[in-house]
Amino acid sequence: MPAVSDAVWSERGTTPDAIEAALRELLAERHSEDGGFLPARVLNMVAFVESEWSGEIANRLRGVGRYHASRLVVLSYDPKRTRLDAHASVAAEGEAKPGDIVLLHETVIVELGDRHLDDLLTIADPLVVSDLPTLLWSPHGHPEAVQALLPLAQATLLDSVDEPVWHEAIDRANTLSDRLYVVDLAWLRSTPWRERIAATFDPPALRGELDQITSITIRHHPDSTVAAMLLIGWLASRLGWQLSPMRAEGDVLSGTAQAERQEIALRLQAAPEQLVRGLAGLSIETASGIQLRLDRGTGGLRAHQRDAEGREHEWTILGASRGEAGILGEGIRQALLRDPTYRPALQAAQQMLP
Amino acid sequence: MSAVEQAENPLVAGLERLPVAPTTLVIFGATGDLAKRKLLPALYNLAHEGALPERFHLIGVSRKEKENDDYREECEQAIRRFSRRTPDGDVLQGFLKNVNYVPGEFNEESVYAELEQVLDGFDREAGESLNRAFYLSTAPNFFPLIVEQLGERGLSSHDDAEVRVIIEKPFGTSLQEALELNRQVLDVFEETQIFRIDHYLGKETVQNMMAFRFANGMFEPLWNRNYIDSVQITAAEDIGIGTRAGFYDQTGALRDLIQNHMLQLLCHVAMEPPVSFTAEEVRNEKVKVLHAIHAPKPEEIPEIAVHAQYSPGHSGGEDVPGYLEEEGVHEGSTTETFAALRLEVDNWRWAGVPFYLRAGKRLARKITEIAVTLKPVPHLAFSQDGSLGVKPNQLVLTLQPNEGVTLQLGAKIPGSRMRIRSVNMEFLYGTSFMSQSPEAYERLIMDAMRGDPTLFTRNDEVEAQWRICDPILQAWESAGGPLPQYEAGSQGPEVANDLLLDGHHWRAI
Repeated sequence: MPAVSDAVWSERGTTPDAIEAALRELLAERHSEDGGFLPARVLNMVAFVESEWSGEIANRLRGVGRYHASRLVVLSYDPKRTRLDAHASVAAEGEAKPGDIVLLHETVIVELGDRHLDDLLTIADPLVVSDLPTLLWSPHGHPEAVQALLPLAQATLLDSVDEPVWHEAIDRANTLSDRLYVVDLAWLRSTPWRERIAATFDPPALRGELDQITSITIRHHPDSTVAAMLLIGWLASRLGWQLSPMRAEGDVLSGTAQAERQEIALRLQAAPEQLVRGLAGLSIETASGIQLRLDRGTGGLRAHQRDAEGREHEWTILGASRGEAGILGEGIRQALLRDPTYRPALQAAQQMLP
Repeated sequence: MSAVEQAENPLVAGLERLPVAPTTLVIFGATGDLAKRKLLPALYNLAHEGALPERFHLIGVSRKEKENDDYREECEQAIRRFSRRTPDGDVLQGFLKNVNYVPGEFNEESVYAELEQVLDGFDREAGESLNRAFYLSTAPNFFPLIVEQLGERGLSSHDDAEVRVIIEKPFGTSLQEALELNRQVLDVFEETQIFRIDHYLGKETVQNMMAFRFANGMFEPLWNRNYIDSVQITAAEDIGIGTRAGFYDQTGALRDLIQNHMLQLLCHVAMEPPVSFTAEEVRNEKVKVLHAIHAPKPEEIPEIAVHAQYSPGHSGGEDVPGYLEEEGVHEGSTTETFAALRLEVDNWRWAGVPFYLRAGKRLARKITEIAVTLKPVPHLAFSQDGSLGVKPNQLVLTLQPNEGVTLQLGAKIPGSRMRIRSVNMEFLYGTSFMSQSPEAYERLIMDAMRGDPTLFTRNDEVEAQWRICDPILQAWESAGGPLPQYEAGSQGPEVANDLLLDGHHWRAI
């Protein structure tokens, strides 16, 4: 975020009440400097992070630009810490000019330790703005902290590809989905792919081909098996396929889906050459001989299509890479929306777990 | 046909961007100001977001002789200069690769022959018939000519694909011209193929008005003549005509803003809730409002319409010239730089409620707003001594610069006495949403390519708008000049007050 000015406060051995009072004072101070300084009131975000990685998390959040939460509460955890320390800042997006409004974003960093874990909710609750939705993010795991903070949140942000054991990621996301809305960055990375598959089969003349898909092959970053499974899960849940557990052979997962009229061969294959997380390419074939191939490329996805007569066409589908900062920003934005297709995709993916 | 083929595409659920069929967009007037400042940057931004159809070609048509590469370079410069985001090099190069140029006069058959060749070439390359959209971004006098040529060449329809024509404003400069233009365009295209641009309708703020009215139960019960005293719609600019004298001196404030944008805003305020938000239902309701405003008779015009020109004054701390001293303005011009109307919507809901509309250049500041003033409370039990007094509630929808909604309420001044003054309860879109609104042209180009006409003006709307404004323009033209003056940087001309009914006043700009 291009903050040009900050009002700051800090205190050692503080309390949530004192932090909240300091925030109110900082906001009033900024507003009295110029009436055009107004607090953003869109979303709270509570992030539980390990203190040794808090700098890295701060950098990631700085990259999200306008998707910065209105109030960000960072619970920075160091097991040995016994005292509650806090820093608060109120940052303006720019200089106040007559007649313009300048948004203020609030950040609170609370440093805490093991002895505070039982009281996490009572520490964080007074710090979020009432009546705004709250997004919970625990990028370093810590399920016990997530569990403690769940009553505060309406949505949780996670990245299924961060989970060391990928099938546990699907279980975890499913369990969380029972409690609140899950925004999964692994799912968001596949948005352009889902859009393109939807577009390919959108013309009425091709829509019938969805009934005739016979095989799907997905190549993915070695850490992004979950992303590939979610994509299959999405197709299965949208098209009414029955899925069964896949077989693992080296870095390949294979299996089948059962559609109304035919069986669909599924193959998920790691692509070690891919440097960024997410999907590397996919291929969909239908019984009438149509093949759609999409591959990650510069400036967009590279599409290759073979029609039923065997004629081949290639083109580039334009679109800029959002980068990891863009994906995180998108994740924060999605906390205010509801994608009705993620959970069914996740549940379908669970049926494919070996 | 299978069940899936008959049904909606099951894969679009949950997607924010709906698929758009592969399209070739042809811009007539491709080297003009609008193309450079708005259309090309809008197209690039759509490409950047991955929102363009997956196969997309752009063909620029203009009189200037140049090669494809020269035009691509011009496009690149325009995008780099006017895009709302810094272009991504790979996406920009990918976009430019799909840009072609066809030079020639719009009346030359050879231009359309070459255009057809290029269009067919894209179809062959794609192995399918691509949709075609013709964007008329030329001077309005070329619209009939281009449409006629497209028809003669057989380019108004295409096997297995959609053909659409997007027509920039102004759609005629009088009722007669609008009727004639509609006739000419409808001779060649079906109404469902025609997309008349009023870029105000593409603004998020205008679309928000529908959400504000029809997604909130608290306002609708008050939204009628029983509770509303008057409505004021203002589109004020602090700038002068700049380098647009050639256009503006032929146009004036009534044609430029009121006949289209401001009457559309009025429709959004006054329309009945549509049964559904389909294009036809929304436009049916809007056109009913326009039909409920009667075309003014000559003798009524001095009472319901005023016009004026700015004289020298001060703006932003600088001395600025009057309209007649602006470069390019005809000596003794009678073109109005300010126009105000008082209209009535004669229907069950609005009978007797005046709708005040005003638009002008070189006013005190830039603002576009709709102020709805409620009737005063029937009995006031409080003394008004020693306070500014109780004012009727006012609901102000600000469209720019700070989009939002303000409700003016009476509140007690702290202290031992019961004294009341107005306070504002304010909501600003900027503080409550993270997303940046897309440019109006991004939304409108996509909707046109998708074939969704909701945000475009239908032929009967255009004609109904002209029926209201045409008698006023004719009266002003026959009255001649000189026009009343107002000082640049001021609140507007004194004569604007002549329109106001007893007890009403213009809001401060």
